[in-house]
Amino acid sequence: MNTLRLVVVSAGLSQPSSTRLLADRLAEATGRRLAGAGRAVDVDVVELRDLAVDIANNLVTGFPGPRLLAATEAVTAADGVIAVSPIFTASYSGLFKSFFDVLDNTALIGKPVLIAATGGTARHSLALEHALRPMFGYLRAIVPPTAVYAASEDWGAVGDAGAGGLADRIERAAGELAGLLTNRPSAEATVAEATIDEVVPFAQQLAALRPGKPA
Amino acid sequence: MVQFGIFTVGDVTTDPTTGRTPTEHERIKAMVAIALKAEEVGLDVFATGEHHNPPFVPSSPTTMLGYIAARTERLILSTSTTLITTNDPVKIAEDFAMLQHLAEGRVDLMMGRGNTGPVYPWFGQDIRQGIPLAIENYALLHELWRKDVVDWEGRFRTPLQGFTSTPRPLDGVPPFVWHGSIRSPEIAEQAAFYGDGFFANNIFWPKNHFQRLISLYRERYAHYGHGTPEQAIVGLGGQVFMRKNSQDAVREFRPYFDNAPVYGHGPSLEDFTSQTPLTVGSPQEVIEKTLAFRESFGDYQRQLFLMDHAGLPLKTVLEQLDLLGEEVVPVLRKEFAAGRPAEVPDGPTHAALLARRDVAELDAAAAEPAGSIA
Ligand SMILES: Cc1cc2nc3c(=O)[nH]c(=O)nc-3n(C[C@H](O)[C@H](O)[C@H](O)COP(=O)(O)O)c2cc1C
Repeated sequence: MNTLRLVVVSAGLSQPSSTRLLADRLAEATGRRLAGAGRAVDVDVVELRDLAVDIANNLVTGFPGPRLLAATEAVTAADGVIAVSPIFTASYSGLFKSFFDVLDNTALIGKPVLIAATGGTARHSLALEHALRPMFGYLRAIVPPTAVYAASEDWGAVGDAGAGGLADRIERAAGELAGLLTNRPSAEATVAEATIDEVVPFAQQLAALRPGKPA
Repeated sequence: MVQFGIFTVGDVTTDPTTGRTPTEHERIKAMVAIALKAEEVGLDVFATGEHHNPPFVPSSPTTMLGYIAARTERLILSTSTTLITTNDPVKIAEDFAMLQHLAEGRVDLMMGRGNTGPVYPWFGQDIRQGIPLAIENYALLHELWRKDVVDWEGRFRTPLQGFTSTPRPLDGVPPFVWHGSIRSPEIAEQAAFYGDGFFANNIFWPKNHFQRLISLYRERYAHYGHGTPEQAIVGLGGQVFMRKNSQDAVREFRPYFDNAPVYGHGPSLEDFTSQTPLTVGSPQEVIEKTLAFRESFGDYQRQLFLMDHAGLPLKTVLEQLDLLGEEVVPVLRKEFAAGRPAEVPDGPTHAALLARRDVAELDAAAAEPAGSIA
């Protein structure tokens, strides 16, 4: 069996970052689940803080610099992604959104993407459901049902009866992501810009325009 | 031989060092002066963009090119690009055939889909149909220049019955067509299918992307039986600012770079020059960077430089053209000629297309068995 490639995208800004801490715990739990199912996994971490200027430059010029290109290629070639944003002003951070803005909008199609966020207040936990999930829905990613939110207080709490503590939610989300990954053939072929080599022959493009064909 | 020339966007941009903005009239006259200078310094091609919104002036390319044609002798007049999606292909056929007659064949053109979304609705088209429009409109244009009487029906335009586009192309040889592309493999495929030229407007992007597009075009060109991949007709963009002394070039160009409408207020000049074809430095540096294009993309047919944008004053642009014509292009001509395989075609000209057509007709006549007329 091929080694699976898991890419963690973390948009935390503080150093050390609780967003990164959450991302690492999710990656660790997912790796453990996969190992239990006999699958090896390589984990790559993309720290958006290090790419902040490159992302802004890409927004301005329309193309990625070499470091950002390496990051977007890693995400595109991954079997699965863990995407974690801090919550700023009741939503994902602008840096997090901008990274997915510059990523090709076909890069995540059919790819399992576990979503998670950190925040100062637990009252913003639904930002995962009303901001991150629809964005990844648009990108046609497969997002597991459990999204993990860690408010400051969660790092020192045992959780409530309904949802369980942060540790439980991490385990549940990791289990769902691992399940999606084990049931999926490895993404060997889906490298960046593979589409360039998959051109539709010209005769077919012309034929599709013949009058009488449905528009 | 590789053809060298310049292409202009025709933007009206404030000079960031003086705060002065040229009028539209000044900009239009400057574009003409730049074209005349291109011929004077020995360049081969002048190409103008087509735009339908401020701050751009060239909405009517054949008008401008016709005027330049009357005032030049050798310069090939071209476009960068002609909007194949929103212009009526019948009008393109007519306008450029007329220009071709007036310019004694010194005309070719580059098809493009345009980069300004609202132009589609302004001209009654739907941007989501960008690629189908490019394909269908060009198919009609191609036929109008090759068949005297055309019956035609498509998806985007009124049908034609018994239509003849006039004037017929000069000597019965249609203007050479390039297909300009930044992103889409469909356009490389289209250029390959027709055996037309493929112009990769590579100036704002890193080269690996264009290596893929150009090699796709070369492969498909061979696939459709037009020749070997090395014989496909490739054009490339370039963007330079020169002074004898490299540091002077950087110092003078930096404010224009930092404030340029296209990439300003983004990456540093240094990052951008290392990642894209932009060269800011001495003529020698421009020569080296341009020669490297051949390593990346193979022997090619046309090199166009963007020289007159971002608010550079006319005087500076004319000085740039002197440097290009005197110090850069002669060296590039010599270096590109060295080691160029004999089977690699020259940049396209009307005379060459005419000669090739005549040879093809002679061959066809020779292949006809004697007495077959009866
Ligand atoms: C500009 C800004 C806005 C913020 N807005 C919110 C908010 O609306 N809701 C919230 O729960 N936390 C908010 N926070 C707190 C961050 O979510 C918290 O600092 C972050 O999760 C810490 O992540 P890090 O340690 O990875 O940097 C905001 C923080 C900043 C800097």
